[in-house]
Amino acid sequence: MSHEFTVTGAKVFLEIHLFGSTINITETLVNTWIVMAVIVGLCLFLTHGMQVHCRTKRQVVAEFIVKKVNAMVGENMGERFLRVGYAPLIASVMGLSALGSLSGMVGMYAPTSDLNTLLGWALLVFALITYNKFRAGGPLGYIKGYFQPIPVLLPFNIISEIATPMSMAFRHFGNIASGTVIMGLLRWALANLSYAIFSKLPGVLGQIFGPIPLLQVGIPAVFSIYFDIFSSLLQAFIFCMLMMMNISSAAED
Amino acid sequence: MNEQLWTKAIVMGSSAIGAGLAMIAGIGPGIGEGYAVGKACEAIGRQPECKGTVQSTMLLGCAVAETTGIYGFIVALLLMFANPFIGKL
Repeated sequence: MSHEFTVTGAKVFLEIHLFGSTINITETLVNTWIVMAVIVGLCLFLTHGMQVHCRTKRQVVAEFIVKKVNAMVGENMGERFLRVGYAPLIASVMGLSALGSLSGMVGMYAPTSDLNTLLGWALLVFALITYNKFRAGGPLGYIKGYFQPIPVLLPFNIISEIATPMSMAFRHFGNIASGTVIMGLLRWALANLSYAIFSKLPGVLGQIFGPIPLLQVGIPAVFSIYFDIFSSLLQAFIFCMLMMMNISSAAED
Repeated sequence: MNEQLWTKAIVMGSSAIGAGLAMIAGIGPGIGEGYAVGKACEAIGRQPECKGTVQSTMLLGCAVAETTGIYGFIVALLLMFANPFIGKL
């Protein structure tokens, strides 16, 4: 009965051989597309039949989300970024992150518990930071930024330039993955414990109830409130906050 | 054969010890976050009207302080489930 506890990565569904290299279609990729489809469906549902005067509940929800995101971006990044259109970007990253992490609760492999997804987002953040630095100071100002405050610090400046998005990716990945590992360990321990208890029942009862993990009913749900719901939503919020702060501080210098 | 088994046993045992040692990194964020939350409680007690700002700033700071612990956790995870040393034997 005592299974070994293992942590497995995303399954590879399909391998596409293209120009001598292999592209893997993994569980992460498929689940990300499912989450994106859900978000698009949600947006279409919420904005269906909009009117100037708010009459339906879903329009209230849609207006609430847009107002909140606009207020958050305006407060943390400034009015200029709001005008340029950073609010939809932040909102979509937040929605993808939150729904992606929460999709682990319905038994899917959460796309955010794969480091590749987060490294992709980190690449986006890095590109935006670099673009904003270029925009603020021009190419010369960008290169000059690496030699501040003294030229000896060039290697450290390069490292810190890479470390900012990397640490964002690792933070998000670590939080979601640790939740997954701890919940898996808990379920494993409860299954073994219920086998140890219920297989001691006399006669046929022990044979029937032993293999059924009865203790798994209810107890993991309590821990799931923190590890799945709270941690997922918090990490989505924090990723977006850090994204906004890094981008707006890149535009300042 | 016997020697190879011994090598593997030593590598796996050392990896498990290393994973345990890596998780000592969890102490630092624990202390740091506790300190931050304590200070946030003080701030809310002194000025209850800025509860929202203090809360969101505290959560952000906690997440940043957590980073080192998360790095330790990732190292432990690598040593336990994706060990790079066993493949080199």
